[in-house]
Amino acid sequence: MSAATEGLRLALLGNPNCGKTALFNLLTGSRQKVANYPGVTVDRKEGQFTTAAGKSFRVLDLPGAYSLNALSIDEEITRDVILGRLDAEPPPELIVCVSDATNLKLNLRLVLEVRRLGVPMILALNMTDLAKRRGIVIDVPALARELGMPVVSTIAIKGGGADELIRQLDTPLAVTGSPPASWLPPDVTDVGATQREVRRILAATVSQPAVDTRRDERIDRVVLHPVWGMLILAGTLFLMFQAVFSWASLPMELIKDGIAAIGETVGERMPDTILRSLLVDGIIAGVGSVLVFLPQILILFLFILALEDSGYLPRAAFLLDRLMGTVGLSGRSFIPLLSSFACAIPGIMAARTISSWRDRLTTIMIAPLMTCSARLPVYALIIAAFIPETTVAGVFNLQGLVLFGLYVGGVASAMAVAGVLRLAAGKGVQSPLMLELPSYRWPHGRSLLLGLLERARIFLRRVGGIILSLMIVLWFLSTFPAAPAGASGPAIQYSYAGMLGRALEVVLAPIGFNWQISIALVPGMAAREVAVGALGTVYALSAAGDDVADQLLPMLAASWSLPTAFALLAWYVFSPQCLSTLAVVRRETNSWRYPVLMAAYLFALAYAAAFVTYRVALLLTGG
Amino acid sequence: MTTTGSMTLFELPMGQEGTVSGAPGASDERTEEQEIALRLFEIGFIPGERVRVVARGYPGGDPLAVRVGDTMFALRRFEAERVLVTPACEAAR
Repeated sequence: MSAATEGLRLALLGNPNCGKTALFNLLTGSRQKVANYPGVTVDRKEGQFTTAAGKSFRVLDLPGAYSLNALSIDEEITRDVILGRLDAEPPPELIVCVSDATNLKLNLRLVLEVRRLGVPMILALNMTDLAKRRGIVIDVPALARELGMPVVSTIAIKGGGADELIRQLDTPLAVTGSPPASWLPPDVTDVGATQREVRRILAATVSQPAVDTRRDERIDRVVLHPVWGMLILAGTLFLMFQAVFSWASLPMELIKDGIAAIGETVGERMPDTILRSLLVDGIIAGVGSVLVFLPQILILFLFILALEDSGYLPRAAFLLDRLMGTVGLSGRSFIPLLSSFACAIPGIMAARTISSWRDRLTTIMIAPLMTCSARLPVYALIIAAFIPETTVAGVFNLQGLVLFGLYVGGVASAMAVAGVLRLAAGKGVQSPLMLELPSYRWPHGRSLLLGLLERARIFLRRVGGIILSLMIVLWFLSTFPAAPAGASGPAIQYSYAGMLGRALEVVLAPIGFNWQISIALVPGMAAREVAVGALGTVYALSAAGDDVADQLLPMLAASWSLPTAFALLAWYVFSPQCLSTLAVVRRETNSWRYPVLMAAYLFALAYAAAFVTYRVALLLTGG
Repeated sequence: MTTTGSMTLFELPMGQEGTVSGAPGASDERTEEQEIALRLFEIGFIPGERVRVVARGYPGGDPLAVRVGDTMFALRRFEAERVLVTPACEAAR
């Protein structure tokens, strides 16, 4: 088998919330997102590592599963990999079953279920530090004897916490290489027998003081309360969006000044050639105007990651279950939808934990209505240009309020769309919730930092890759052909981009968009935030003189009417763009029908919303 | 399933301890309802296990947050109604 040269195939298997992904990161040094709610490990994650003795392993991080008897797509993936049912995925030669040492009653059942397959296994008792603190004493040798497999202790969130596991992997392993034994879904009698066996083994090997749940329950009495809990949730989300605006302003100023300085320096040192125009007007002005939003995106992610890590997110799902039920969804849809505030793509993939197909499809269809971080640059630019930075009612930043309103608008339309989809589908069976509410934990500094670095990397890679290339294409389109001699208007009017913008303007003029906006929307199809850079390029190039680097804000404020600005904001609430989202929908639903449907309904809503906003604002401003 | 002296988990008052008293009936069918009952059984709602309702939604007390074993699960009404419990006697509270 070719695998021999690449290392032994090792799969990490475990319940949701057992710290499996953290252990995966510790073993492979990969920098993925770590969280403690069901459903974050939806991607196929493989890593590689070599032990001290030089043995190498290919580690597969399987989605969290309570049982091989799968209820969600996520669990089906885990089951099919373990059973070797996937064509492209040979079954693992070794399974490391990760169990939360503080919650063995729940976790051990899966261990016993998988043990029957006869694949070599190691049990990793994770979070042993927490177990020790709670006074749980586990007789590890006795547990190993009872289970008939090596048992090691790990602390996945601590450097060196996997050393015992790695040492165990260095000892000769009983790898048979035989395929897993055939498997039939267990019935009630089987499960009952396994549950009794779990309790027998626990009684023989683990001494556990009465679980002290007082702290968690004291918190939950408030956090899960129908009134106080909702207030806390609303307050948390509001604080999150206020912070995005107020904390980010200083670093944003610094980045903006830095880019302006670079643009000036480069501009002064270079002769006035076409190359200088490409560098200063195309690349520095275009990329810089997107880069400036990095602090806001990172603050948004800091909140989401911290909420994930603390165990609060499933509680928020519990609180919102009733509300989501009114449009036919369950609280389970909340977690994918919240991820969609960062980016719809991980959100759509996280919908795999939803067991009901109808719920999952609805969640996927409305995910792009959650305001993703790529829309933030567009909102931020327009708000900064048109909404005065005043304080309302003594405490609230007006710009933050408007931003909050846009987010609420997205959520409200998502709920409306879900309601319509439910009416179209007819009332079916009830959607299951059955969501674990894990113990509260303090967010872990290092994993927050790793998560943020990962986000920063993804954003910068986008800026350096797709955004940079689109900026260059856009610069080309807006520079050639050059203005005829003696032309009076700005040069861009005569370019390809000008022609394209004028053509689109015919369609978009009724909703108040001028040709500059029309041009910017085109590259925005590939990535929404590019629209900002594109506006930067279009306006920098249509401006007279050389002062192009950071003049976008006053230029927009001077050249757009208020109704136009509002119409563009309304357009972006729906924003039928982002080709990568549509591609993910195609993959996840395995059909062209849904991405096409999604693009069509988003476009219709965007156009209608912008039209109404523009016309109403015109009336109100007396235009 | 025996129901003598039992109520469903949904009917268990908030804060009161109870003991799971019934297992899902054995069946060869694998309907969606059966799968849900089996999953409840797998995550720890087995006869003899102590449970307590920690929080309830409003209105109607749906969904519920239930402590079972060493963890807590959020269940909807129709899920909680598949679990039979015997409330612990009042004096024990």
